[in-house]
Amino acid sequence: MVRPLNRKLLRDLWRLKSQVITIALVVASGIGGYIGSLSAHASLAALRDGYYESARFAHVFAPVRRAPRAIVTRLRSLPGVLDLDPSIVAATTITIPGESDLMTGQIVSLPRDPDSGMNRVVLARGRWVEPDDDSGVLISQSFARARGIQPGQRLSVLMNGRQQAVTVRGIALSPAYIFAASQGGFADDTRFGVLWMPENRLASAYDLKGAFNLLSLRLGAHGDERSIITAVDKALANYGAAGAYARKDQLSHKMLTQEIEEQRVFGTVLPSVFLAVAIFLLHVLLSRHIATERTQIAALKAMGYGNGTIGAHYFAFTSVTVLFGVVLGVAVGYFFGRWMTGLYARVFSFPDFHFAIVGWVGASAVLLAVVSGVVATFSAVRAVMRLPAAEAMRPPAAPHFHRTFLDRLRLGALLPAPARMVVREIERRPLRTSLTTLGIASSAAIIIAGTWWGDAFAELVDSELFRRDRADVLLALNEPKAIGAFAEIRRLPGVLMAEAARTVPVRLRHGATEYRSALLGLDPDARLRRVQDAQGRDLPLTNGSLVINDRLARVLGVRVGDRIEVEPIEGTRRATHLVISAESGDLMGMYGYVTRRDAARLVGEGDTFNFARVRVDAAQDAHFFEAVRNTPGIAAAGDKRRMVANFRATSQHNLLMFATILSVFATCIAVGVVYNSARITLAEQSWELATLRVMGFTRAEVSWTLLGQLLVQMLIALPIGFLIGHALAAFILDLISSEEFRIPLVVDGGTYALAGTVMLAAGVATSLIVRRRIDQLDLIGVLKTRD
Amino acid sequence: MSGSPVFSAQGLTKVYQAGEVTVQALRGVTFDVGAGEFVVMLGPSGSGKSTLLNILGGLDVPTSGSVRWRDHDLSHASEKELTRYRREHVGFVFQFYNLIPSLTARENVELVTDLVPNPMTPEDALNIVGLSARLDHFPAQLSGGEQQRVAIARALAKRPECLLCDEPTGALDIETGRLVLEALARANEELATTTIVITHNATISAMAHRVLKLADGRLAASEVNSHRLTPAELQW
Ligand SMILES: Nc1ncnc2c1ncn2[C@@H]1O[C@H](COP(=O)(O)OP(=O)(O)OP(=O)(O)O)[C@@H](O)[C@H]1O
Ligand SMILES: [Mg+2]
Repeated sequence: MVRPLNRKLLRDLWRLKSQVITIALVVASGIGGYIGSLSAHASLAALRDGYYESARFAHVFAPVRRAPRAIVTRLRSLPGVLDLDPSIVAATTITIPGESDLMTGQIVSLPRDPDSGMNRVVLARGRWVEPDDDSGVLISQSFARARGIQPGQRLSVLMNGRQQAVTVRGIALSPAYIFAASQGGFADDTRFGVLWMPENRLASAYDLKGAFNLLSLRLGAHGDERSIITAVDKALANYGAAGAYARKDQLSHKMLTQEIEEQRVFGTVLPSVFLAVAIFLLHVLLSRHIATERTQIAALKAMGYGNGTIGAHYFAFTSVTVLFGVVLGVAVGYFFGRWMTGLYARVFSFPDFHFAIVGWVGASAVLLAVVSGVVATFSAVRAVMRLPAAEAMRPPAAPHFHRTFLDRLRLGALLPAPARMVVREIERRPLRTSLTTLGIASSAAIIIAGTWWGDAFAELVDSELFRRDRADVLLALNEPKAIGAFAEIRRLPGVLMAEAARTVPVRLRHGATEYRSALLGLDPDARLRRVQDAQGRDLPLTNGSLVINDRLARVLGVRVGDRIEVEPIEGTRRATHLVISAESGDLMGMYGYVTRRDAARLVGEGDTFNFARVRVDAAQDAHFFEAVRNTPGIAAAGDKRRMVANFRATSQHNLLMFATILSVFATCIAVGVVYNSARITLAEQSWELATLRVMGFTRAEVSWTLLGQLLVQMLIALPIGFLIGHALAAFILDLISSEEFRIPLVVDGGTYALAGTVMLAAGVATSLIVRRRIDQLDLIGVLKTRD
Repeated sequence: MSGSPVFSAQGLTKVYQAGEVTVQALRGVTFDVGAGEFVVMLGPSGSGKSTLLNILGGLDVPTSGSVRWRDHDLSHASEKELTRYRREHVGFVFQFYNLIPSLTARENVELVTDLVPNPMTPEDALNIVGLSARLDHFPAQLSGGEQQRVAIARALAKRPECLLCDEPTGALDIETGRLVLEALARANEELATTTIVITHNATISAMAHRVLKLADGRLAASEVNSHRLTPAELQW
């Protein structure tokens, strides 16, 4: 390369530094988001897998009612099974002295030797519970943290209907309870805890001496999950097997994996939009830059500079910009990814932490940026190559203007000259105007796509926890009871309304597809738990009818009118066939609904119930929970009001973080687009603008010809951006939708308003900067040379 | 004092297509220019002078007819060959200066001296046009005439075999104009640079070996000066 051209390159970069920097920021946002999210995804997945391996997390879980330990030896010979670990788990309620709050939890047995067994418990703080310790427990770190529990704290837990005093000896972690939640509930660390105690204590409390109720299995590389599950179920059938399930159906693993997967979606979708915008910005900047240098380029050619040299000169211009963005992006990506990995590793309570930019992610990011740069530069540089050298001998071309639409309507005369300039400029370059508009629109869309989650979750909570389930508390019984016992629940203090339910775990089959689910048996006139279709209309339940969730129907490949096989995993276990009478539109969970009578019949019972939904007078809350605690037979109670409040608080905190980060990125883009287009227009029109000033137009009037274009573009861009944002939200939803729940596509006015406000703020900030530039316009200098 | 022809043009035509209108800028021009010859080209605005100069300089190709530089056929040359021709043999002075605004006067000259094996130093070239004191100024800091002189220094610095100037004194006062013309005459005299100068100023034609007059795309007259004046003797 030739020295003076290099100097020109440096000076051009310096002169256009603010544009170069804003574009580099957009590139950096895209690259940073991409590297950060995908590396966080890979790091978290690696942390998870490493943790699982070191803690010997099981591959298959087989819950039973009560099976003798002797059977373990028999199962050991199953082909593909590496190891088995019998243990005891039990649902419980936890009471912290002095707190009225009702908390549920799970008690899990500890092996004699802390280094044996599966799903190994790792001590985070405090000390281990010795086998002969008759009151010590370990407690899950997330619960301890949420409740401020320290070793030494005394608690009371419900064991087989009796309150037992225990003392926390240590705080611990387990791969099986990374997400701790009661089945089907929201993960709520303040209201759900896991306790570990020596196996012999659990066994004697639950009358499981020499027996177990959960068998964990680790499989060899060639172990076939499906056939092992079938074999295990068969072997345990006589011991009240509740149906073995694979790791992918394990609650904690499922939630953890879903969370980690979301990183991947965010890591690809949003940065793609960012990079597309960056390509567009680079392209516009470079083609406008080149357009203003046409005569210089022609002169260079006339002097004998070849196409290659000149092309390389302009290519270098974008390369430097992109490179700058890449370097910045890798740094941003590293810190963003590290921060996110740390955040999640803490939420997930991973015992160790490690973050690294994954090689292929970094390499593909750089490649992506380079390709973006080439794409953005290609047509502009080709235009340079095609530019005839004779151009240098001609006066700078006066651009072609048309009589505008406005002129044709004869409205033009009504507008002052600067306004006419605005309209003609916009009409003269329809492509550029639409591209700039699209750029502004995409920034608005990114803000929406990043922040609508709050609206969606609010709708989710509202739909599932208020419109469909209107109870305050859900009580679970240890064992189904005859309906006569329901009067006892009605009599609990503070109960305003109570409804009984009989829930039966089932396997649903249609053809070759099978799904583990549950049938919720409700009374036909139930008011507290409603079965509703996707539009929120109540679906009536009558004896003999079966309503199933629409997502479940898709999984099974059935529709209304089809027969499916229903096999209860409890009681008689006798499979029957039922005809689907309607589909419900619940957003969470995949259940079927029958009448309580039908549910009881399915398992060969009479008029029974095992759940109760209760409305409680808020003023008598404490009395109510006190009474529940002292009622034998109630295994667990879910306090919906507190759960919702807590869920809102934590999710709002996380959403706010995420929204803030995205807004920063989107603002970079917005400012990048708006500022660049204003600056380039200024460069192109500075000659005209200076001429106007010389002719006596005021600074304000001259500014308006430029800012007017910006304003018009903004006004067109915002509604388009709202539409794109909505579409982008739908697209992301589609990518992260899981079987477990459906996030409703709801974008509130407030979210649009936020996007609009951020964009307008970017517009105003840009206007002020540009206005200052116009004020400083060097009239004589501008008129002397046309560059 | 013209030697063997370096340029030889045969029946050159050039048609521009601008939208629906076609403009016939050259309508069959035939002439030779000898090595070391100093030619002044006159003609009313729009008569095709710049068009002809562009074709001679390898910036453009004729619509029909042929043009040769020594043994190079310029009318059928590829873009690559034309670039090489311009780089190795031609110095241009543009009608609109065409300086690079982001480069100083010295750097604008360096742009050319970097391209050829045996150039003047940029300082010498700028000294010839009387701009030694303005080496490090940017175009926007120079007057119109000063910018034009940088453009001329840029063309001279290369010591080209032929120098093509489109109105090199258009923006200059008499004194500076004379300075520029002297530089051109000296290059022609000492280095035998074949020089073609387009001008609207008929007085300048007195210093040429030959005067070509264009009118409406045709060569209207070709007059050889029996007696040449030096730039110092020109009166305008
Ligand atoms: N790119 C072009 N497209 C269309 N017409 C052109 C183009 N370049 C030149 N012309 C036309 O060709 C004719 C000759 O132009 P040229 O520039 O050669 O004139 P000139 O003699 O140099 O005039 P001047 O003294 O004003 O510079 C003019 O009518 C001009 O309008
Ligand atoms: Mg001309």
